[in-house]
Amino acid sequence: MTASNHRWRKTKNALVQALTLVCALLVIAPLAFVFYYLVKSGIGAVNWDFFTKLPKPVGEGGGGMANAIAGSFILLGIAAIIGMPVGVLAGVYLSEYASSRLTGPIRFGADVLNGVPSIIWGIVVYALMVLPMRTYSAWAGGVVLGMMMIPLIMRTTEEVLLLVPDGYREAALALGIAQWRTIAQIVVRTALKGIVTGVLLAVARVAGETAPLIFTALGNRFWNNNLSDPIAALPLQIFSYAISPYDDWHRQAWAGALVLLLLITAINVTVRVLTRDRIHKNP
Amino acid sequence: MMNQADSIVPESMATAQPPAVRQLGDRVFKWLTLLMALSVFALIVLVGFELWRGSHLALQKFGWRFLSSSEWDPVNEQFGALPFIFGTVVSSLIALLIAVPLSIASAVFLTELAPPWLRQPLTVFIELLAAVPSVILGLWGIFVMVPWLREHLFLWLRSALGFLPLFQGPIYGVSFLAGGIIIAIMIVPIITSVSREILRSVPGLQREAAYALGATRWEVTRIAVLSYAKKGLFGAVILGLGRALGETMAVTMVIGNNPQIAPSLFAPGYTLASVIANEFNEATGDVYRSGLFEIGLVLLGVTILVNAAAQLLLKTFGGAGAKPQ
Repeated sequence: MTASNHRWRKTKNALVQALTLVCALLVIAPLAFVFYYLVKSGIGAVNWDFFTKLPKPVGEGGGGMANAIAGSFILLGIAAIIGMPVGVLAGVYLSEYASSRLTGPIRFGADVLNGVPSIIWGIVVYALMVLPMRTYSAWAGGVVLGMMMIPLIMRTTEEVLLLVPDGYREAALALGIAQWRTIAQIVVRTALKGIVTGVLLAVARVAGETAPLIFTALGNRFWNNNLSDPIAALPLQIFSYAISPYDDWHRQAWAGALVLLLLITAINVTVRVLTRDRIHKNP
Repeated sequence: MMNQADSIVPESMATAQPPAVRQLGDRVFKWLTLLMALSVFALIVLVGFELWRGSHLALQKFGWRFLSSSEWDPVNEQFGALPFIFGTVVSSLIALLIAVPLSIASAVFLTELAPPWLRQPLTVFIELLAAVPSVILGLWGIFVMVPWLREHLFLWLRSALGFLPLFQGPIYGVSFLAGGIIIAIMIVPIITSVSREILRSVPGLQREAAYALGATRWEVTRIAVLSYAKKGLFGAVILGLGRALGETMAVTMVIGNNPQIAPSLFAPGYTLASVIANEFNEATGDVYRSGLFEIGLVLLGVTILVNAAAQLLLKTFGGAGAKPQ
């Protein structure tokens, strides 16, 4: 009786273990499928032209997404210029002035802000910038991505600053250094790698955003010579090609998706390497 | 350690400054960072205000009827959000039904049952899945997933479960069910990683006590870990729901974009987020655009409520689980 009961419990344990393993594999299966089809359908169109040429009209074949790739980098640049200072300084406040009664609500606000759907950001910036300026623009696209980066950078900055040992702060203050210089030159400098990591993760996160750009950056089939004009972006280009009825454009969409995903994965992997370093050096 | 602290203090900094200057610097810096931190509230107010301002016309014209009417007729300027609310709710529910068991089982496997060498690589893969942009998943959805659903899974479901109204009617591929499945793929990594954090924050003593009683690994998990973490796991699920409701691009590409309330999961539908994505730029006429702003307002209201609830649940559960991603 007890022996068979024991055996049954062991079997049940093994069964659950197998079942949860299957679940975990099912969870990552889509990743494998997506990667497989991106490479299979996209690799053929990833060539020199893809990175150097403008999109071709329907039927001509060939062409590339040079303007969309450049556009994405420009948008991310504007976004980082807006999101980085605000996010980092706000993160400093949360970590260094933690005794304030405001930190709890601010942290809560940032988490709620993180959950606002990206499409909502798009129509808000449309109302805020596109309507008054009477044109879709690279500025509007950069601003919307920048706004989305703020809560992300804020929370990661706070987290890495909290990892800096209090001894550093105390030592600096004991030397008679003003608190703000202690923070700027000791605490932030110590955690700089972590902060950069957080910023990069935020960039990777918004790099694939499409929904907020539809009503702000709009997209453009040519080079953008003026940041007050509509600008192309890789995700936008993928979207408009994907829902088009042309095979040529579908191939371009796959190629664009492959490049975008490799870019995002590269940032993620770099970050992983950076953070591994950080953990080893500052136990 | 002392040496390290020494080396990063530049000489110039040690020189004393007049106290007044130091205090001014401290005050300016503190106010500057506070101002930046307060931008969070400014942004929340800004988002709410702009949506309210944009939807002013529609709010005035339709009132509460907007939420209960299923008419979406841009030509005659009659707008009701019900089909979109229905589509969002149905696709999110399907997504939760698929994603919750899979994610929680995976989180349990990763923290409790998996051999240590397997944990790290699986976690990395799940994080990479979280990094796949919605538009790429949508692209894959259009050209790979939807044809497969149309030619295999849906046919099979109809022949096996066709007695239910849910699985009847013509099969187009693009449908509520396809939308739900793609959302499930998008929210699985979030629910899994938050659940994983939660399970990891369960105290080791809890487990040891159960082991000491002679429990097997699974019994330890069930008795000591899962029951302890229940509330936090619920928070993780609600957080996933928040993401599901606002998911836009991938859903737009596979749900069929047809504003209807249909009993069949094979029928094409529409969601709040995808009607904005599809029609906002083409919306001619002030009332039309205003109606779309109001849809945004509805979506914002719901997602803020859901996310706030999730954060409260995660916070009351404890520190480690409260991280957003």
